[in-house]
Amino acid sequence: MALLVDKHRPRNLESLSYHPELSDRLRALAQSGDFPHLLVYGPSGAGKKTRIVATLKELYGPGVEKIKIDARVFQTTTNRKLEFNIVASVYHLEITPSDVGNYDRVVIQDLLKEVAQTQQVDLSAKQRFKVVVINEADHLTRDAQAALRRTMEKYSPNLRLILVANSTSNIIAPIRSRTLLVRVAAPTEGEICDVLRVVGKKEGWRDVEGLNARIAKESGRNLRRALLMYEAVHAQNENLTENTPIPPPDWEALISQIAQQIVQERSPARLLQVRSELYDLLSHCIDPTTIIKTLTWKLIPKTPEEIQPEVVKWAAFYEHRCRLGSKVIFHLEAFVAKYMRVYESHLMGLDFD
Amino acid sequence: MADFFNIKARQAAAAQASSSKAPTTKQEPNRLQPWVEKYRPKTLSEVTAQDHTIQVLSRTLQSSNLPHMLFYGPPGTGKTSTILALAKQLYGPELMKSRVLELNASDERGISIVRAKVKDFARQQLSAAPSYNVMVEDKDAEGGVKQVKYRDKYPCPPFKIVVLDEADSMTQDAQSALRRTMETYSKMTRFCLVCNYVTRIIDPLASRCSKFRFKSLDQGSAVTRVEDIAKLEGVRLAPGVSEELVRIADGDLRKAITFLQSAARLVGNNKPAKGKKRKVVEDEEEEDDRMDVDSAPADSDVVTLKTVQDIAGVIPERTMDDLENAVLSSRNKKNIPYAAIANVVQEMIAEGWSAAQTVGQLFERIMFDERVNDVQKMKIVGYFSETDKRLVDGADEHLAILDLGLRISGVLCQG
Repeated sequence: MALLVDKHRPRNLESLSYHPELSDRLRALAQSGDFPHLLVYGPSGAGKKTRIVATLKELYGPGVEKIKIDARVFQTTTNRKLEFNIVASVYHLEITPSDVGNYDRVVIQDLLKEVAQTQQVDLSAKQRFKVVVINEADHLTRDAQAALRRTMEKYSPNLRLILVANSTSNIIAPIRSRTLLVRVAAPTEGEICDVLRVVGKKEGWRDVEGLNARIAKESGRNLRRALLMYEAVHAQNENLTENTPIPPPDWEALISQIAQQIVQERSPARLLQVRSELYDLLSHCIDPTTIIKTLTWKLIPKTPEEIQPEVVKWAAFYEHRCRLGSKVIFHLEAFVAKYMRVYESHLMGLDFD
Repeated sequence: MADFFNIKARQAAAAQASSSKAPTTKQEPNRLQPWVEKYRPKTLSEVTAQDHTIQVLSRTLQSSNLPHMLFYGPPGTGKTSTILALAKQLYGPELMKSRVLELNASDERGISIVRAKVKDFARQQLSAAPSYNVMVEDKDAEGGVKQVKYRDKYPCPPFKIVVLDEADSMTQDAQSALRRTMETYSKMTRFCLVCNYVTRIIDPLASRCSKFRFKSLDQGSAVTRVEDIAKLEGVRLAPGVSEELVRIADGDLRKAITFLQSAARLVGNNKPAKGKKRKVVEDEEEEDDRMDVDSAPADSDVVTLKTVQDIAGVIPERTMDDLENAVLSSRNKKNIPYAAIANVVQEMIAEGWSAAQTVGQLFERIMFDERVNDVQKMKIVGYFSETDKRLVDGADEHLAILDLGLRISGVLCQG
């Protein structure tokens, strides 16, 4: 049984439920025959991928839905072998070059060149070009982006790129100026409620207005998350009321527990205890950025108003450090220690500095 | 494909392919060609707003002697266009191929290439210019097309030109490898270096060239150019759009033209394939001319301010107003309004606005805000620089922007 998210994912541009002007634009582009390179950006869970798949379908017809997964091996200049997965249909390829870390340039160069040098095999295809969807384009290294720049111009008759990113900040300007920027904003809470209602109706579940609104709020305008929460609530409870608790994901529960502990007692002993919990989170592959961010949001309401800016300042500081450094736990722990210190000095009414 | 069994057609095709290594863009229908390429100036006189440089270069056209040249200036001011136009006027279509070598940053340009490719080209014997009697059609002549002598139209001076585009991205080693090459072959080869930052060219190279500075385009001429192109392409612009395009592009004409093309694509102006073009609305549009940035345009065929801002990823004024008001609301107060700022920032992140863009636009607003005094501005600039660094390092955007907003707010409330 498929998850709700996949089961009710809109398959074509008509059935997309929000951003109608955006859907119109994508349709116009797909039908015009002169399809530009796209750079689709927006927060996660806003429906970037869904829109891309729908656009591809508009371009090529139902054939794009027949996908297969290829494992390819690439060789770097230092003779290291890289294994790389490609999701492909007859008409398009989908790759996540950031999977191979620093070697993404090799993959981009080899693969795109190979794709671009051959024309569409299927003569009855609607378009002469093939589309390559590049996920997580904002995680590409500068080298890989520079390599893209050349490829985009050179092979434009045979190849169109669709780059998917969370933000355009990390994409170099030459690429930005060569692509058509498409911003996908997160759905509003009202729009999420609408989606939940429609999905609930399809599943034959009873509609609880208040609960839907709460889910929408909890999800932080992330539709994927909202749907998962919706499914979880319905799976765990028989009778739903407005006040049915929404179970948070385990990691989030753990982080809010950590926040609770930190605020309760601010001492080296507590720091030691928190460390083991942080390790626990890290060993479950929770991204350090997510940890610091969630922890900050959980700590802020418990913090006196005067030092809230201070907390955010240090959160941003240590999150940056996490990016630069190699050992994440140092920075996480430093953030916790810093918070304790800021809090303590505020209580005692003096600055330690 | 249909010609597969037609031997003659295949031979013709093969001959054509081998004789001219013409760039593929030529065979494509014009529609698919980027407008930047399509409207590149073809003669020196067409280059906009670089009067001094053009004057000097036009004189060299007559004297048919050319120094080594170094063009520098901000992107999109016509450096590459100028040298290409000059080369075209000097050599004409027939000699262009054999007399001009153009290398840009996307080509491999390490020291080995300079040693091999550039040097080989530089020491090649000059290719023969067409003899004096070859005739060519002159399309620009007064009184219609006329046959003129090739050598009269194109001077064909006895040297070759090597154009090194984006020379500032060449390594130091590669640049020093050029030094001697430039001198040894100066009899029959001229170099033209094109770069953005003249300081990145090593001194020995710079002193061998006569320098031409390309100044940033002034608003007026850039706007005229954009409007010309729009007219030629049949793109209808709402009033004020061309100025906005130039403003967003920061005087970079290439960027402005690229944006214009994307905008035209988006509103569906250049797709003749589509049958149902809305022509009905034309009369109503007259009254509807007043620009409302936030409401969707009634007529989908006209490029509006909103379309342009969408393409460039510019954050609408209203969102920026919200942010600025939230940040500045702490003036003359004791506390930093955490909740207000946090709400605005969260909203912006959910809308998907890019953080780099936010930082840029906020910077412009705060720095030119007279309510903030100079000492405060000084402190604030420091925070902007730190945030920018963080974003470049790939730090989380939400935290970075929130932190920036709070800190600016903090500076203001101390004073």
